[in-house]
Amino acid sequence: MSKKINSASTLQRTIGKWWPVFMLPVLICFVIGFVWPFIQGIYLSFCNFRLVSDATFVGFDNYGKAFTDPSFGHSFWYTALYAVVSLVLINVLAFLVAYALTQGIKGSNLFRTVFFMPNLIGGIVLGYIWSMIFDGILSQYHTSILLNSTYGFWGLIILMCWQQIGYMMIIYIAGLQAVPEDILEAARIDGASRSQTLFKVVIPNMMPSFTICTFLTLINGFKLFDQNLALTGGQPFIIQPDGTTIKTTEMLALNIYNTFYGSNVTSQGVAQAKAVIFFILVAGLGLLQLSYTRKREVQQ
Amino acid sequence: MKIKSVLAFLMVAVMCMAILTACSSSEPAESSTEASTGSDSSSAGSTSDDSSSSDTSSSGSSSGGSVYWLNFKPESDEVLQAVAAMYKEETGVDVKVITAASGTYEQTLGSEMDKSDPPTLFVIGSEDGVKNWGDYAMDLTGTPIVEQLNTEDYNLYDENGKLVSVGYCYESFGIIVNPTLLEKAGHSVDDIKDFESLKAVVEDIHSRRDELGFDAFTSNDMDASSSWRYTGHLANLDYYYEQGGTKWTTCPPTITGDYLDNYRNLYDLAINNSTVSPNELATGGHDAENEFITGQAAFFIQGSWEWPTVSELVPEAVMIPYYCGVEGEEKAGLNNGTQNCWAINSRASEADQQATMDFMVWCVTDPEASAELVDTFGVMPYKEAVASSNGFLANAEQYAADGNYTMNWAFTYQPNVDEYRNALVSALNQYDADPSDANWETFKTAFVQGWAQQYQAMNG
Repeated sequence: MSKKINSASTLQRTIGKWWPVFMLPVLICFVIGFVWPFIQGIYLSFCNFRLVSDATFVGFDNYGKAFTDPSFGHSFWYTALYAVVSLVLINVLAFLVAYALTQGIKGSNLFRTVFFMPNLIGGIVLGYIWSMIFDGILSQYHTSILLNSTYGFWGLIILMCWQQIGYMMIIYIAGLQAVPEDILEAARIDGASRSQTLFKVVIPNMMPSFTICTFLTLINGFKLFDQNLALTGGQPFIIQPDGTTIKTTEMLALNIYNTFYGSNVTSQGVAQAKAVIFFILVAGLGLLQLSYTRKREVQQ
Repeated sequence: MKIKSVLAFLMVAVMCMAILTACSSSEPAESSTEASTGSDSSSAGSTSDDSSSSDTSSSGSSSGGSVYWLNFKPESDEVLQAVAAMYKEETGVDVKVITAASGTYEQTLGSEMDKSDPPTLFVIGSEDGVKNWGDYAMDLTGTPIVEQLNTEDYNLYDENGKLVSVGYCYESFGIIVNPTLLEKAGHSVDDIKDFESLKAVVEDIHSRRDELGFDAFTSNDMDASSSWRYTGHLANLDYYYEQGGTKWTTCPPTITGDYLDNYRNLYDLAINNSTVSPNELATGGHDAENEFITGQAAFFIQGSWEWPTVSELVPEAVMIPYYCGVEGEEKAGLNNGTQNCWAINSRASEADQQATMDFMVWCVTDPEASAELVDTFGVMPYKEAVASSNGFLANAEQYAADGNYTMNWAFTYQPNVDEYRNALVSALNQYDADPSDANWETFKTAFVQGWAQQYQAMNG
């Protein structure tokens, strides 16, 4: 007995003495790979620079330019629309698939694996593959996904649904299986219909799954980059009479990228400012959404 | 217990070392893989040796300095590695050649310049480049390399008159023709003297394509791997004629687009008489080069850098000017110019700058080295460099010798070039799908007003 206590306190002491051994390497990585670039990124958003090591401070200039850039505004609303539509579609479809696959149909495991597989393919590759698929179909009608922004929008939605439904499905399946059997049994005994059971018992009990899935799809929607770049790259453009262009299918992340490499001497700073605004936006939206859905979670 | 703590300490030390070395060694590791792409194993091996030894020599910096060339043409990498090895053998000076992956030169330059061992020799090939990187370039006025030049046509200056970069080769573009196919169709290259005669031949071949077994023009894809042939090179015909006999020396704030109808002439001819129908061009995925060398089409809008590939299967291929219906175009020549211009890093150490200068002079004077380089680059405009074996450049020189006017590369002045061209691609896609006058007007807007906008964006 005394030996146990002794060894426990030895362990405590050892941890007290040796924690840097376990923490420091990770901490160093985190600081080098995340904290430092993050702070430097914020600093650079107030600078004109071509090389990171050679920046001149210009105050809020870059933020002014970012906010007055019409392409940034366009890409913001386009991204918001995309995020909302994809959020709804992906979650509804993923839940339906998950529900269907927990009803004990033959071959559920095979279906789950197959539906999950699109997640294993990288975004750029997916973008190019789907652009071929879409163009293969659209060329029958003498058009292309690059020629019509509506096609571009729905093309991206289809692509992302195809890729993400499987992933969200796995989370929903886990949620569905975690609904306690005794509650379901009680509902059955009380004579609840199938849909009553689903809406009054199952869904309220799996709110944590909805929290995580809506969070992931919302954030993914805003951060989307590779698929956007590879599928349309912002085409088609609207060429305005004064010669400026609006890239109709350009989303926020791609807009920042295009600004950064716009080969304009001052554009790097503006892109950096846009990136900081983007970060605040995504972080803010994410937190808002989390606090909203958290309230709806029931404690079992 | 003691052993355990010693062991634990060792583990931490090893872990820290692993992390830190991983961070610091990522640069040379990445660069040697970049360098080795496309070059044979032996030269790749020597490059990584070079890079490590040049690192030590530059950190020691007491010795004679070293050269680090950031190259922007993946297709030249193999030859440059070989030349670098040659130089090392002859003089003992390290030359590290790193090649940026296709289309990423600007990004690579940005990150390489930020490193503690930045490129000493890099490429500033356009007005845009001068704007962005001129501050990092040494003034080359009066240096030994300038004394070797046989023309000043390919020099780039900044607005203060500083000589930022000098051309190390020039190239040429136009329409590549397969004379054998033309003869099969009952025509001859000599028949083509202007747009009318070109149009007659092209349309005749296209109308009889089933009977002949080949078409007039190769595919004219608008994806990133091919669109520059139209948004950059073909656009040059408007810029060239707009200059009206003079030459731009700096990017004009506005252009008129007066010769866009001529551009349309040639563009329409190419897309409507081609192996691929216009509404399939937006996505691309066709291989124009392959179509040409395998004899599926007789005309190919391209440049002299195609010679090594084309000459293997179509050694008789010739290059003709952009005939587009401009008055007096019977006397037109090819589009000669370059974006291959050397600049020396003004922030490199003096020893490195000197070593770089010596290397440049050696490249253009040493018979063996210049022979290697000429084969891959085209003509090198230096007094002692070896003459070119490139058939298309021979065409270019022949046109010039016959008294035809050479079209200079005015398209290198395109402001904010990537953004400008992206808009042109989008407008051309719309036009390809529906070749209406309204869509052509949109293209004109992107071409003319877009220029002014991008000029504003560039110059604030």
